Amino acid sequence: MLHTNSKRGWGIAIGMTAILFLMGASLVYGYTDTTWRDAYLSFSNPSGSNEHLIIRDVRFPRSLIAAFVGACLGVSGAIMQSITRNPLSSPSILGVNAGASFFVVVGVVFLSVQSLQSYMWLSFAGASFAFLLVFLLSSAGREGLTPLKLTLAGSAITALFASFTQGLLVLNETALDQVLFWLAGSVANRPLDLLVSALPYMAIALTATFLRAKELNVLSIGDDVAVGLGQRTIWIKFFFGAGAVILAGCAVAVAGPIGFVGIIIPHLIRSLVGLDHRWILPYSAMGGAALLLLADIGGRYVLMPQELPVGVMTALIGVPFFIFVARRKLGI
Amino acid sequence: MKIFNRIDFTRHPVIATVLVFVAVGTVMLISAGSGEFPLSPSKVLAALFGYGEEFDRIILIDFRLPRIMMALFVGMALAVSGAILQGITKNPLASPDLIGVTAGASFAVVLFLTVFSDENNALIVSIQWLPLFAFLGATLTALIVFALSWKNGIAPFRLLLIGIAVAAFMQAGTTIWILMGPIYQASQATIWTTGSIYGANWSQVSVLMPWALLLIIISLLLRRQMNILELGDDIATGVGSMVQRNRMILLLISTGLTGVAVAFAGGIGFVGLLAPHIARRIVGPKFQSMVLFSAGVGALLVLIADWIARVAFAPIEVPAGVWTAAVGAPYFIFLLMTQRKKGGA
Repeated sequence: MLHTNSKRGWGIAIGMTAILFLMGASLVYGYTDTTWRDAYLSFSNPSGSNEHLIIRDVRFPRSLIAAFVGACLGVSGAIMQSITRNPLSSPSILGVNAGASFFVVVGVVFLSVQSLQSYMWLSFAGASFAFLLVFLLSSAGREGLTPLKLTLAGSAITALFASFTQGLLVLNETALDQVLFWLAGSVANRPLDLLVSALPYMAIALTATFLRAKELNVLSIGDDVAVGLGQRTIWIKFFFGAGAVILAGCAVAVAGPIGFVGIIIPHLIRSLVGLDHRWILPYSAMGGAALLLLADIGGRYVLMPQELPVGVMTALIGVPFFIFVARRKLGI
Repeated sequence: MKIFNRIDFTRHPVIATVLVFVAVGTVMLISAGSGEFPLSPSKVLAALFGYGEEFDRIILIDFRLPRIMMALFVGMALAVSGAILQGITKNPLASPDLIGVTAGASFAVVLFLTVFSDENNALIVSIQWLPLFAFLGATLTALIVFALSWKNGIAPFRLLLIGIAVAAFMQAGTTIWILMGPIYQASQATIWTTGSIYGANWSQVSVLMPWALLLIIISLLLRRQMNILELGDDIATGVGSMVQRNRMILLLISTGLTGVAVAFAGGIGFVGLLAPHIARRIVGPKFQSMVLFSAGVGALLVLIADWIARVAFAPIEVPAGVWTAAVGAPYFIFLLMTQRKKGGA
């Protein structure tokens, strides 16, 4: 556990170095044999050889996408667990993934949508729509917006969208074939443009939530105390809810629904840096990025030459580690 | 709906339970009467008691009734399983699907479909073995989850986290198998994981029914232990309850119920999550009334879902699992929005 702020600061530096190293590794290792020297040369002195093309056009976008998507998922999960005050929350609980998947499947079935770019806008629209629905439904009624209602409305909406999605897929086998890989979540074969169009939203949401992370500390003491301290809890919840959804929405828009990262990273991070959200959020970003990069690299080796979707690999890598930590450290 | 707001069913749980089971009976009658050959309720009743035309009896008893009975018991089993699990873990998100029981069954089924298929995608063993595989998958996964979360007893929260992790692991395994196999199997597997009671027969019902009834009755007999457990470990230990032993027994009942239900009906989701919430909002948190009411709500959800699945898009079957949430979620949201009292969860 990192107790002092200077230790936590050093932790950030070490974490960033590790992520840079993993991004480098993501350029170098894979089915096509390349070296670290190739990776360096392909940017400083590109020769147009096969290896250089693969590194620049295939692996480079992939490593960037994995890093950013992982960071978004980690932060989004940390925020969701905090505002719903339920340690089992994750981006998928507030309907984000289910809404996104539903919109994409509707697009594929009824509008014959095919390009990844349109998948992206559809899923972003679906994620935002689902979240707004959850937020409106849970703030209606006399009790107002309680964490419990937010969680329950979220899981009801998730259930609803997920079942519609499944229904459409069962009725339409061609669509199933087309979107199955997207639904498993992957960072491979995504053009850099996808990330570039999502990047501004990611950057704004990350910065905004990092800057106001202190408010989450107040909120997590409890609604009554937060109100007593002069916090307008409903706006804070909306602000962070929207932030978390933009992050999760961008992640699902770029890479498809990737579960599990958002749920385990915050737990691992809290056992490392404690309960201060000013540290939890940046550390969750790093943890998510590292896990997704690692999973993406690992996914290239398990079934070589076939690749495993990164969503599958995050579970295969993350689960044993998470169970170990849950048994040893989480103090539960 | 006005009546639900006027009468406080938390004080009259018996009336509420009777009402919900009357509704279950009505839906069963309607469902038994509808289909390609519609039958009036009186004809249905006549055929049930051995009167009526031979043709009606065959349709009803050989085709429709096994499905309806299956839906009834699957719904009750899933709902009670969820009610126990939410009570033990004190977490409103807990449900049998969440801690990996369903994921384990799905994995076993996908394994079954791939391992026992020849190159033409035809099964080389009888499909009758599928439920057994699913049940084994569900039970093994539950045991793995219990073993991994055991550390001087089972702490509910650790159980949930480890359950989620194991579920994710099983899902990853399922996805790997599906991606590696042909698209035909992917589609078969998707239908199974969505959950459907298409093709239920009496021999399946005769396995499911005694199991489900037995486990539900045992859980009702354990109502005192359950109510004490819900007060928290410290109080429960303080009043002399054997916390770990009781919790383990109740967990085994809960996973056993889910196991038999998914074995025959596949991954019908959301019943175990939604039914207990609906019940708690209507009859309050006391275990015995809550569990019975949940059982009724669960049965109602699956019965209506299966009825829609059978009738709405005939002759195409849309798996019942699609409709449970479509039926249950809107009503649940309505309850959530109109609730006047605090608490309940």
